[in-house]
This record gives sequence, structure tokens and C-alpha cells, in this order.
Amino acid sequence: MAPASETVEAERAAFRAELVEAGVLTPTGVDGLYHRSGAFEAVVRGVEGLASRASNGAGGPTSYFAPIMPRELLERTDYLRSFPDLLGVVEVFTGGDRDHADLLQAAADGEEWARFFHPAEVALCSAACHPLYPTLTGALPVGGVRHEVQGYCFRHEPSTDPVRMQSFRQHEFVFVGEPDGAVAHRDAWLERGLEILGGLGLDVRAEVANDPFFGRAGRMLAANQRATTLKYEITCPVSSSEVRTAITSANCHEDHFGVAFDIRTPDGEPAHSACIGFGLERITLALLRRHGTDPERWPSDVRGALWP
Amino acid sequence: MDSVIRDVLINHAKLPVDVAGLDRAADLYTAGLTSHASVNVMLGLEDAFDVEFPDEMLRKSTFESIASIEEALRRLGVED
Repeated sequence: MAPASETVEAERAAFRAELVEAGVLTPTGVDGLYHRSGAFEAVVRGVEGLASRASNGAGGPTSYFAPIMPRELLERTDYLRSFPDLLGVVEVFTGGDRDHADLLQAAADGEEWARFFHPAEVALCSAACHPLYPTLTGALPVGGVRHEVQGYCFRHEPSTDPVRMQSFRQHEFVFVGEPDGAVAHRDAWLERGLEILGGLGLDVRAEVANDPFFGRAGRMLAANQRATTLKYEITCPVSSSEVRTAITSANCHEDHFGVAFDIRTPDGEPAHSACIGFGLERITLALLRRHGTDPERWPSDVRGALWP
Repeated sequence: MDSVIRDVLINHAKLPVDVAGLDRAADLYTAGLTSHASVNVMLGLEDAFDVEFPDEMLRKSTFESIASIEEALRRLGVED
């Protein structure tokens, strides 16, 4: 990420201050981690409902995932290779009385007590759709499957920009099946996403994008991803009127998860997958920026779309 | 240079075809080179030729054939 200009930084800080002042977000002392108010949460649920209704009942079974997932998924999804700097694993204490005494002594001495902890079998969820794929191993029906999923995601990129939270939710519509079905799913949902978000008065557009792959190898993966237009983002001005923020992303994964989780089409080929992920917190922040920090005073058509 | 490039491909490209028999102009992606494998090819070439590809060369087209790899390496000063 290129460093932001002073103007952009100042605008972000002002928006953050406005949200805190209005009681919408409460800072925790850690950058990118906030408590959210009831009003904020009501908007999140309004956006979730709006996206859900846009599927016209064809989104497939709905699942809500826990904020943690089996740690081995980080390897199988290739997240370890692509985004080692963003992920988080859970560490736990498994020692005995003696270790506990050493732990407390370290804490009392102001030392790093976390060294007495060891990685558990779980990690923080990296993307909302990742826990879905292991449940699909095997042969899929003709025409593939669709799933509507939601989960908390963790990204370790502490920032004072309110749109860059360490913990946030994605509400996703996933397709797994034949290659042409995956592309059609992504394209249809990209259109639908632009329509419903634009309908909320947001200045949205679709842009070719790339994931923030790690390191030099990552620069090549990012260039490949852009060249093959696998990823689109719906962007909108949120904390900066100059630098747009991605509030939704629509992705084709080709056979990445099909191969990793042995998910096959009826003819035995690795399944292709695609998803659209609505960034619930970012859409909520976009609305708060666009219409003001008090949702009670938002235009009636926007309120009607969120809370019919 | 051709044979060292082919050695790197054998070790890193994980191609389902015989690298020795590949035409110099053959499209490696069509031959089965994946995005992740192409990264390993890039790193393997850097080790084998003791070079570092600059950012503007870190793209798909640089590694699309043995000929394009050879051309990139020549631009980095690698000689036969």
C-alpha cells in the first residue's frame, strides 16, 4: 500500500473522530479494533438482509461461521503462502503448575508471557467462505451448488483508518461447480451488488483489483490476478473522498479450492468456484459517511431498503 | 542458458509434460504452469542465474515461454 497523502490522512482521522464522537465506534486502544454501537449493528443487519433478499431465494443454504476455524485450513487454502503477514493463529496454555508459576512470574516482571503459549488446532478465520470448502469434498451435482455464508474475518493490518478493521464480517454468496457457472455467478452478483449498493445512494463502481499477496512473489501473483481479471471490487468513497475504498469484492477462484479440497464436477474435473463478499462493516461505514452518523435521519428510501 | 532454464522448469514448474521436449516458444501456461508454480520458477531462475527480477518484470508474460525467460535474463545482463 502506498503511503497516503497528508490530506487523505487528515480526512480519515476526521471521519474516525466523527464516528467516535457520535458513539458509533468506541476505540479499544488497539488500532483497527472497535466496539460498535447498536445503531451500527442495526445497519449491518439491514445490509445483510438487503443482500440476502437480492438472491431471490436462490442463494442456497445459509451458514454462519465461528470466528475461528481449523488451523490446517490456512495451509490448504494457500493463505499461508499468499498472506502470511495478515493471518493469525490462536495460541493456548497447555503447561502444568510449574509452567503456570513461570508464566505468572514473567507477567509480574513485565516480560513477554505469551512465550508460554503454544499454537492450538484453531486459527482466526481468514475469509468468510474458507470454512465452507472442506464440507464440499466429493462430487457435486450438475449445475453446482450455491451457499450463502457469513463469518468474521481477521486481518492483521492495524490502522487508524476506520475502514481498515482487524476484525470484520463478510456476507458471501458462493458458487462451486462448473467453470462457466462460476464466471456467470461472479458476473451476475457483481451487477446485483452495484445495483443494491447504488440504490442506497452510494457512489459505487466496479474496478479490476488484486489481493495484497505477500512479498516479491506476491507482486507477480497480483499482476497475474489483474491480467486475468479474476477479482473485481465495488469501490466507494468512505473515509476519503480522494482514495476509494473496496466495500465488496467479487472473485473467481478458478479451480484453486476445487483442487485443494478435492471438490469435483459430475464429470470428475476439479470444481471451479466464485464468490461475492459484501463487507458489512465497510458498507455500514460508507452509509454513515454518505448519510450522516444518525441512521434515524437517513433518507426514507434508504431506510426502506435496509429495513423494509 | 537454455539448458539451465529447462533445469529450473523441471525442478519448479511441475509441468505435466516433458520439459526437454518443449519448444522454446511454447506457452508454459498452456502447458500447465500455474500462478503459484510460476512464482517458484521466478525464484528458481533468480537462484540459478544470480539475478533479481525488478518489479516491472514480475508479470505473467515474462515467464510465458523459454524464449521469453531467456530474453528477460539477457536484459538483466545474463550471457551464454
